[in-house]
Amino acid sequence: MVYLTRKAEFSASHYYHNPEFTPEENQRIFGKCNNPHGHGHNYTLEVTVKGNVDQRSGFVVDLKELKEIMNREVIEAMDHRFLNKEVAEFKDQIPTTENLAISIWRRLEPKLNLAELHRVRVYETPDLFVDFYGEA
Amino acid sequence: MKAYLTRRYLFSASHRLHCVEMSDAENKAVYGKCNNPHGHGHNYSVEVTVAGRVDPRTGMVCNLVDLDSFVQEKILERFDHQNLNTLAEFQATVPTTENLCVEVFDILERDFHHAEIEKVRIEETMLNSFEYAGGREIRY
Repeated sequence: MVYLTRKAEFSASHYYHNPEFTPEENQRIFGKCNNPHGHGHNYTLEVTVKGNVDQRSGFVVDLKELKEIMNREVIEAMDHRFLNKEVAEFKDQIPTTENLAISIWRRLEPKLNLAELHRVRVYETPDLFVDFYGEA
Repeated sequence: MKAYLTRRYLFSASHRLHCVEMSDAENKAVYGKCNNPHGHGHNYSVEVTVAGRVDPRTGMVCNLVDLDSFVQEKILERFDHQNLNTLAEFQATVPTTENLCVEVFDILERDFHHAEIEKVRIEETMLNSFEYAGGREIRY
């Protein structure tokens, strides 16, 4: 079994707000992230897949294909977008880095037929990242 | 849904690697330059990984404000700009980054209750890093 990681970058804005909370609760829990006009990050995405090395090609996965799937399913949907307003799953859930990692897993997992998805890692900044392994 | 959140913090400290049970010659042989009696320093980078279910109301494993304030008060204020050898926790153990890593993990596991502590990783330099997960296997 060999693990392979492909990196991609995207930039997007978001804000944190739960309509079930009072304005005071939203401010207390989310602080600066509650600004309704949003703020942005340069996100780095790392997608790790695992599988056996194909005898003939020497590949775990065709990187060109993995790159295309990541571009189509994630980057085109999220790059230079306001996540709360323009990405469907964040109309009713908060686009935290945790939820972003889960959302990216759900977008990629059904499309990856060639290798098994092992981990989605999303860096919000160089000092903060979230890992999701598909665990319930 | 269970997720793992990692936050990186920085601090600077000095230390000297010296074991009182060894002779001076042994200390010199084992620790080399790190045995210099005047000590030397590093910029440490500490990565704290917490784990837990993502709260559907907040979208968070734990609130970063809670983690940041805990680490600031209990870890950075304790170790930043200190000589580690002078601290109580390193009177009986040598302040290697292995022992520092275990110490930081234990502080978090003992007193931080907003999420599970999965792992602590410390970079002593860009070339050395150490990881401890309370004795469990580390997940990559």
